[in-house]
Parts: sequence; C-alpha cells; structure tokens
Amino acid sequence: MYAYDTLDRTFVAQRTAQFREQVRRRLANELSEDEFKPLRLRNGLYLQLHAYMLRVAIPYGLVSADQLRALARIARRYDRGYGHFTTRQNIQFNWISLKDAPDILNDLAAVEMHAVQTSGNCIRNITTDQFAGVAADEIEDPRPWAEIIRQWSTNHPEFSFLPRKFKVAVTGSASDRSAMRVHDIGVRLVRGIDGAIGFEIWVGGGLGRTPMIAQLLRGFLPKEHLLGYLEAVLRVYNVEGRRDNLYKSRIKILVSTLGIERFRDLVEAEWTLTSGPGLRLETAGIARMQSHFRAPPYADMPGRSREFEAKRLEDSAFARWAKANLFPHKQPGYAAVTISLKPIGGVPGDLTAAQMDAVASLADAYSLGEIRVTHRQNLVLAHVPQDRLHDLWRALDALDLATPNLSRATDIIACPGMDYCGLATARSIPVAQRLSERLAALDEQYDLDQLSINISGCVNSCSHHHVGHIGILGLEKGGAESYQVTLGGSSAEDAAVGRIIGPGFGAEDVVDAVETILITYLGQREDSERFLDTVRRVGQDPFRRALYKQP
Amino acid sequence: MPRRVITANRLIDGVVVWRDAAGRWREEIDRAAASDDDKTVARLLSGARTDEAAGVVIGPYEVEVEVEQNTASRRFLPTHLRERIRAGGPTVALH
Ligand code: SF4
Repeated sequence: MYAYDTLDRTFVAQRTAQFREQVRRRLANELSEDEFKPLRLRNGLYLQLHAYMLRVAIPYGLVSADQLRALARIARRYDRGYGHFTTRQNIQFNWISLKDAPDILNDLAAVEMHAVQTSGNCIRNITTDQFAGVAADEIEDPRPWAEIIRQWSTNHPEFSFLPRKFKVAVTGSASDRSAMRVHDIGVRLVRGIDGAIGFEIWVGGGLGRTPMIAQLLRGFLPKEHLLGYLEAVLRVYNVEGRRDNLYKSRIKILVSTLGIERFRDLVEAEWTLTSGPGLRLETAGIARMQSHFRAPPYADMPGRSREFEAKRLEDSAFARWAKANLFPHKQPGYAAVTISLKPIGGVPGDLTAAQMDAVASLADAYSLGEIRVTHRQNLVLAHVPQDRLHDLWRALDALDLATPNLSRATDIIACPGMDYCGLATARSIPVAQRLSERLAALDEQYDLDQLSINISGCVNSCSHHHVGHIGILGLEKGGAESYQVTLGGSSAEDAAVGRIIGPGFGAEDVVDAVETILITYLGQREDSERFLDTVRRVGQDPFRRALYKQP
Repeated sequence: MPRRVITANRLIDGVVVWRDAAGRWREEIDRAAASDDDKTVARLLSGARTDEAAGVVIGPYEVEVEVEQNTASRRFLPTHLRERIRAGGPTVALH
C-alpha cells in the first residue's frame, strides 16, 4: 500500500487545521453559509436531509485494517454506528455534526486518510479494479498509476475550479471491472504492437441526465506521458467546457458537441505544450511508486488446495458461497474473496462499526491486513490462502457477511435515495430491500447470476442505473414515487446505456415489474445465456408485452 | 390556503428543526407553529430568516402539512414525502 510521505502528511495536516479554523469561524457566524459551503464541500462535508454527511476518500478503494478500524471508531463516536460504501469506492457517514467534523478529519489524518476532493468541481477520488494486483487477466497493476494520478490531481491549482466534477478510473485488465467507460476519463493499460505497455485513453463517459459511453481518444500512450496527456485533456476541458449551464458542463457534452476528432485535435495541440520534460514521468519515479504496490510475500502453495476441495464437497452452503464470491488469484493456492454487503433484505453497501472492526481483524488474520472497496458496494479480501477459505467463510457467516450473491440478482447497487439524500426524488433503499427479498427465492430456483440491478434515487445516477442490466430510476410524479425501468445497460467492457422499457411503475408495482422482467427472461434465455445477452438478442418487445400486458 | 410550518436544519449539527410559536427551534414537528394565513406564515418565515442570518439555522422554508387532531394530541403530517422523511427520519432501519 502507498504510505504517506512528508508532503502528503503536511498537506493533510494543513487542510485539517484550515478546516478547523473555518468551522470555528462559521460557528461564530463570522462566515455566512454562502461563504462556508464551498469550503465544507472541499472537505467532503455535505448537508443532507437529517444531518451533515461526510464522504471520506478511499483512494482506489484500498484501505488497511487499521484504517478500517479508524472508520469504525468514527462511526461509533461521531455517527450512529454504521457507514455506507459508495460506487466511488468511498465511505459516507450520514449523521455527522458540524462541530465534530474537525476532530473527525484529525482522526482520519492520523491514519493517512482525508475527505479532500470528495466533492466540488475538481478531480475526484480515482477508482480502479478491486482485483488490481491479483487478477490473473491483468496486464499490469493499475494502482501505482491511480496513485500517480491522485498525487498529480490533489490540490492541482489549475484544476480546482473545473466547469464540473471530474472522475477518472484506471484499469489494468481487458475485463473492465472499474466501469471505466462511464467516467470522464478512463485509463486502460494495454500492450502496444511492439510489446511495450502503455495506456489507452478514453474520454467523455458519464451518467446523470445525459448518459454517454466514453469514446477512445488515444489508442496508445507511452507510460511516461500519462500526466502530460491528462493535463492536456483537462486543459482543453477547463477552457472549452461550458460554465453557463450546469446540465451541459461535463466533459461528455464537450466531447459530443465538438466530436471526438475535433476534441482529439485540440488535445494533441495542447499536448505539444505539456509533453515536455516537466510532466514526463521518469522510470525511477515510476519504479518507486510501483514498489509501494509490490506483490506481498505469498507462501509457495499448490494451485489447488485439497482442503478447500474437500470442504466444498462436504458443505453445500460453503460450496455455494465459494462458487459466487471467489475470484481466481494469479498466485497459485490463493483466492480473492468478495464480502457481500448485500444481505437479503439489507441496505446495500452499509456496514456497522462492529462489522468494520470484525472485517479488519479478518483482514489481519487472512489477507495481509488489507481490504478493498468495490464500485459495486462490496468489500474484497484479496489474498486469502485457499486452505483457509472455509474458516474465513464461517467467521463471515457469523457476522452476517457471507451472503453468496456476488453479481447475482440480489447483489443490488443502490444509492441512499430519499431516505438520506437532499437531492433525491424518490427512495432507493426500500425498493432494493423488497427486491432483494423477492428475488432471493427466484435466484435460488433459477440461478440468476451475472445480473446487475442498479437503483438511483434521482437523475444524478449515483448508482449507475443507466448501465445496470436492469436500471431503476426513482422519480416523483404527481407527488408520488415513480420508478422508470431501463434494460440492457452494461458498465463492463461491452459498456452500453440501457433503454427505457415504457411508462414508470409506482412504488408498489416496481418489484412485481422486475420479477416479470426476470420471468420473461427465464422463458427466453437459451442455455445459460446471461440476462444482458438475452435482452440484446430478443430486444425489448417480449419484456414490454409482459409488463404492459400488450398482445 | 393549506396549513404550513417552518423548517430548517440546525447549523451546529444539521438536525432538522421546526419553528414554534415562541420562535424556538424544536426537533419535533408536532411542536411547530402552523398557520393557513399567508401573513402569519410570512412572519414566521421572517423570524426564521433572522435566525439564519444569526447563524442558528440553515435554509429555512415553508412546509405544507395536514393536521391530525384528536382530544389528546395534535399531529402534523407533511403532505410531501421528502418532508415526511425529514420529520420522521429514514423509512428504513438504521442497523
Ligand atoms: S442518485 Fe440522486 S438520490 Fe441517489 S445519492 Fe445520488 S444524488 Fe442522491
């Protein structure tokens, strides 16, 4: 893991001290809310429906056991004993007092964490593949590059007041587990024709009111030029992006208005100015950064654990969990374990302080003290010896954290919605809970895997509903909640925006509607075809007929 | 005109508060001052804005409510779901 150097420590300490003073001045009414709001947002502090909400940055979703324990302490001392993991791989606390915020930032700084740039029109938390560094299909570990981008973008004076927020995802694999193509910039490590590793740069993805899939900006960028090239993209956006209309201010609108060719010309022209030695990454510097993410000292083990195979045969509940929640590890004898934060009927992405402490201990005992947050609101223990999987599973089960549903019908992504969020037009969590309860039985009977259901409580699309295989958007219609359903979205390498199936459904009917969609799929699917492929093959008509009782 | 009460979030902790007839901010909506008279509501709101300027609360505004009155108690129920959730807390268990 990356460890702070003096520069990081000084910066975070300064920001924490500045914010303490800003809060003092606000509470003494020396600053008005209009003056203070941009300052608190720069430190991740929002005002939501019931209280302040603090969004803590988890750079590329990587958190140590000690850091998770610190988050548990914050949840216990300053909140109501739980936190919520988000699709940005961050954590949010829902019940924060303004007066406590400086102390919380202090506690975070003590474990090398902060809430800087988790809000505002700046470059936000860099996200990546939760299996970075352990995935067998990886070309190269993306985390050093995510960290390089994090350092460059932190407090970047030129990019602190962009037209709008800016999100970057980095992935090192051909299978995209980072939703790279729905980000403002997607960076993918690729092998060039001469065998050298560099980057593909994608631009202009984003969801919200106008969902768009990123387009390829550059097919191959030598590693040394990463920051120079990103700087050129950001400069073009900073100058050309619209500031007069909030809904047209993201880079996706600029790219689609100019067209990718014209946008590329502008970037390449700008790049001639930024590609000089100033921002060129040196081999030694890259190597130094990579040394922070070196593979841990794995034990030498056979590729298949006899212990694991035996337990799988003996214990069907364990076998079911192992089938759903394990990911192949590049190191023989190990597995990456996903801890589902989607218990049946639970709140997606929530974890109690007691569970945080327990997961931290399990990470220490089983996975080299490291935890990852996924953009699907789950956690990963990335380095578990297969011999020990059964013990780990039993411990997780005792914590109600062994739901065997990864990427299945009940692995629902949901934002806080109107139960917490000030911008919401409808609730998300109760819909997710009811769906989870209803679909659990259907999944058990018909094996509904490789299915993504995403629910957002407003057009801001924090749950990426446009790219859910089934997307649900909560709106308000005539004073009541109404849920618009889209089919056929994907956030993976086959990224696509889902299409609206028809008129929305009331809160009472939306669960039935999703069930009808899935039953229709079961009637249409060929062999073990996944839902998305069935929708792509048969189109929307069979679903529409079933939903709206059309002949 | 429908009945309205005045709400805001308290500056120090962000908690949802409702303005009572004596100009105090209460955490329970049922203690709020309600009126269907435009002038009275405007007066309540203007007092709330003074508190906003003094740094007591943030963003005061009017909320439409229905009144459930029986001999023992009087209860306010906001007509809009968002305000019902602000008044009563999240509709889901908090763990
Ligand atoms: S999608 Fe809307 S309701 Fe949900 S968290 Fe984002 S802003 Fe809030």
